[in-house]
Amino acid sequence: MEPASGIRLDHNHQLTLKEFPYIVRWSDDRCKRCGRCTSVCPVKAIVPTVRVQRSVLSEGPLPGPSSTRKVVQAIEQVTDMERYCTGCGMCSLVCPNEAIAPEFNPNNKFLHYKNKGGDGYKRGGRRNDPSISTLDRLKFTRISMLTDPALDAARHEFRIRTLLGRIMPPEKLPMKLVNGKLVVDKSAAFIPPVREIYPIMIGSMSVGALSPPMWEGLAMGVAYLNEVEGMPVVMCSGEGGMPPALLRSKYLKYFIIQIASGYFGWDEIIHALPHMVEDPAAIEIKYGQGAKPGDGGLLMAQKVLKLIAKIRGVPQFVDLSSPPTHQTKYSIEEAVAKMIQSMSMAWGFRVPVYPKISGTKTARAVLNNLARNPYAAALSIDGEDGGTGAAYNVSMDKMGHPIASNLRECYLDLVKQGKQNELPLIAAGGVGKKGNLAANAAALIMLGASAVSIGKYIMQAAADCLGDENNRCNICNTGKCPRGITTQDPKLYRRLDSDKVAERVVDVFKAADVELKKIFAPMGRSTELPIGMSDGLSVDDKAIAERLGISYVC
Amino acid sequence: MCRLAAMTSNEYFSPMENILALETMKEGHDGSGLGLVLKDLGGEFEELKNFPILSGICSGNSVNILDEFMQAQGFKLMHSWSPLIKQVAGINPRGHYFAKVYDYPVHFRRRSRQERETLLLNTRLALRELGEKDGSIFVFSFYPDVISLKEVGDPLQVGEFFGLDKDIIKAKIVLAQGRQNTNYAIYLYACHPFFLQGYCTMTNGENTAFVPIREFLLSREFPGYTGYNSDSEVFAHILHYTTRQLGYPLTYYKDVITPLKNTEMDNRDDKEALLLMKQSQRPLCIDGPNCVIGFTPDGTCFMLQDSKKLRPGVVGGAKGKYVLMSEECGVDRVVPHRDRSTDIFPMKYDMVIVKPQAEEVQVWNQLQG
Repeated sequence: MEPASGIRLDHNHQLTLKEFPYIVRWSDDRCKRCGRCTSVCPVKAIVPTVRVQRSVLSEGPLPGPSSTRKVVQAIEQVTDMERYCTGCGMCSLVCPNEAIAPEFNPNNKFLHYKNKGGDGYKRGGRRNDPSISTLDRLKFTRISMLTDPALDAARHEFRIRTLLGRIMPPEKLPMKLVNGKLVVDKSAAFIPPVREIYPIMIGSMSVGALSPPMWEGLAMGVAYLNEVEGMPVVMCSGEGGMPPALLRSKYLKYFIIQIASGYFGWDEIIHALPHMVEDPAAIEIKYGQGAKPGDGGLLMAQKVLKLIAKIRGVPQFVDLSSPPTHQTKYSIEEAVAKMIQSMSMAWGFRVPVYPKISGTKTARAVLNNLARNPYAAALSIDGEDGGTGAAYNVSMDKMGHPIASNLRECYLDLVKQGKQNELPLIAAGGVGKKGNLAANAAALIMLGASAVSIGKYIMQAAADCLGDENNRCNICNTGKCPRGITTQDPKLYRRLDSDKVAERVVDVFKAADVELKKIFAPMGRSTELPIGMSDGLSVDDKAIAERLGISYVC
Repeated sequence: MCRLAAMTSNEYFSPMENILALETMKEGHDGSGLGLVLKDLGGEFEELKNFPILSGICSGNSVNILDEFMQAQGFKLMHSWSPLIKQVAGINPRGHYFAKVYDYPVHFRRRSRQERETLLLNTRLALRELGEKDGSIFVFSFYPDVISLKEVGDPLQVGEFFGLDKDIIKAKIVLAQGRQNTNYAIYLYACHPFFLQGYCTMTNGENTAFVPIREFLLSREFPGYTGYNSDSEVFAHILHYTTRQLGYPLTYYKDVITPLKNTEMDNRDDKEALLLMKQSQRPLCIDGPNCVIGFTPDGTCFMLQDSKKLRPGVVGGAKGKYVLMSEECGVDRVVPHRDRSTDIFPMKYDMVIVKPQAEEVQVWNQLQG
């Protein structure tokens, strides 16, 4: 029978909690109703509410049940998909009595419903794939022991450095013999700029995508590592410019400036050029990103506050989307070469300029074009496990190419041409996904990478980013980052102390350095980075072993 | 671990001297083989210095195949030498051990040295291909005034097996290595010393950077950069690459395989060149515990160490005769009455260079250049 009002009940479109990715477990008896959890929840997935509670008591000399009803306060999870619990766990963090915690619901139907308004689900973070990646399956199996002595990671000297820049082949070095000694004849040929850097770089995360204290903390950590620890770690600006004071400072040499299809921040950079006291470490031209191949950059309006608007030279509170492709791009031979030339020219050919692409089956085609361009300084390949501040879920989860085989085939292609030392390959996307930063980096180096780039790992390790591969948190796009990492809201980012971030950055790199030595020492490598030392690697899967050209072990 | 015994002199001497030196170092090797390379030959080869000598082993059935092949290439046999094989327990003779001296094909006789070297290399590689599959032909070198002898067994016994104790063959430079590559299956092509177009090295220790170095050399598109049955073969090829192909003076070999740190280059006049070289030859940096002994076409001998000096090595003697050995007892065996205070133990930055005819010995220091 229909209700008298004539409104038809439609329970089919009322979701149950079982459809949600995280279900909030709340203990009535532990909760003291302080309200901290509901106020801290970034998506308002829990609300304070009142319930009528019936209790039955048997009292008196001749006990008999009697029921009473009273109104009690409670915490309730809402069933609105727009306010789904992201599992971030901030409620648990602030709860004084451990009365509340989100629990992952593996049977959720989240993706069936998260498309309201006819738009696909957008988010930030990483690919939601908690399985073990190829990188984490690789083992280091060539252990020096008796036929050649293992080195001592604590006592011997290790040189963990790599080169960024186009390296000339020995046959073409402009050198002549004068009195039995080799002398460089600079007039004979152009010698491309080459930087000696630490083989783990901090990848491109923009001012804008990151909050001011987060970006500042990373930058301070990098400067400290260089100036105090003597570790030449470099960091990429991401697309969105750099703080004007930094552009004019001596610390610019520790930064790679990125230019992407939106050219955000480049007005400021170009105006700062005459005032620069140092050259940047390199220029990265972003053509693609592993997390969202074929998709452009996106900084959503809610994150475009005053500082960001100023650095990028745009009005506040507008969506800033970089097109998926550079508008000037016509062909790789022409437009990419021109872009590399232009950037090189801007700094008097003193700065390495290299493109970054997303992992793809066509990476080798790009590589071969770059190999023929003597001004291309490197190729950065970002695999599918890379992260982003904002993208469609489908792009993040389903688009892209794993880094391991993509990198390996590119390296072997260079080997075939004898150019494996001329064009450094930078591998990114999933390095340290499960926390094994040094091991993943070493594995990629042995597969042929000259350097690796990290993003999500440093956000998690240096600022306790809450995200994981079960779609925990992953709301970087909303500007509501509960950790203050990817937000421009001062109320949120004041939670993050940039000094502590810098301290952690230093911790992370120093620890990785120790671990890299612990990997290289038993393999008898210390003098030079073991780039392409594939005989040191094995895997317990025949197909992977065959694909990567390494040995199978079991 | 391999033991190495090299000797350079202004007089001809028997390789047995090297073998006896190896014998004194026997505690350090497992007596699993002997490799000899003789340069600047005396005796019956003294008058044939300009003609290439093909050294190797072939089975009885392959003698004709080899001869026919050489004939077809236009080489004319001038002289043939074979060791006087003496049956020794534990060594199985493989057929014919030979050193055949040829005259160049007619149309090559007036060609440049480089062209002739290319011909010799291509011929040796073709012979290797011809006989490697079934093990019927092994060729170790094909070059003027150089003989290579290799066999499995205890060095002293192999010496007797080849009849070297009978004093029949002499040279002014001899490199001897006393151990087959027993880290892997024993294979004659994996036995040091390795020789390529006048450049020769032997090494002890395992080269952990072998694979990237091999890939780099293979991709240089030089036909002689092949084989690599031993991780030590790359040392000879890097020497060939830096000095012959790139034209660097010998000392830069040390700078390529064990480059200085950037901060250590300040005292070098050629700092700029060093930095560029280090970058462009990064894959050639060795990374194992290695002592390398070798010679170049002009008869210069040298010894150098890895960048941590993880292997022993000593050079001793006097003008006219110097020995480069793994251990001091080897030096004592060959030149017992020398002035021991002049013995040189090269450290990580040193390269000991003995001039041709053992004229003088120099210690070149990498920090000073």
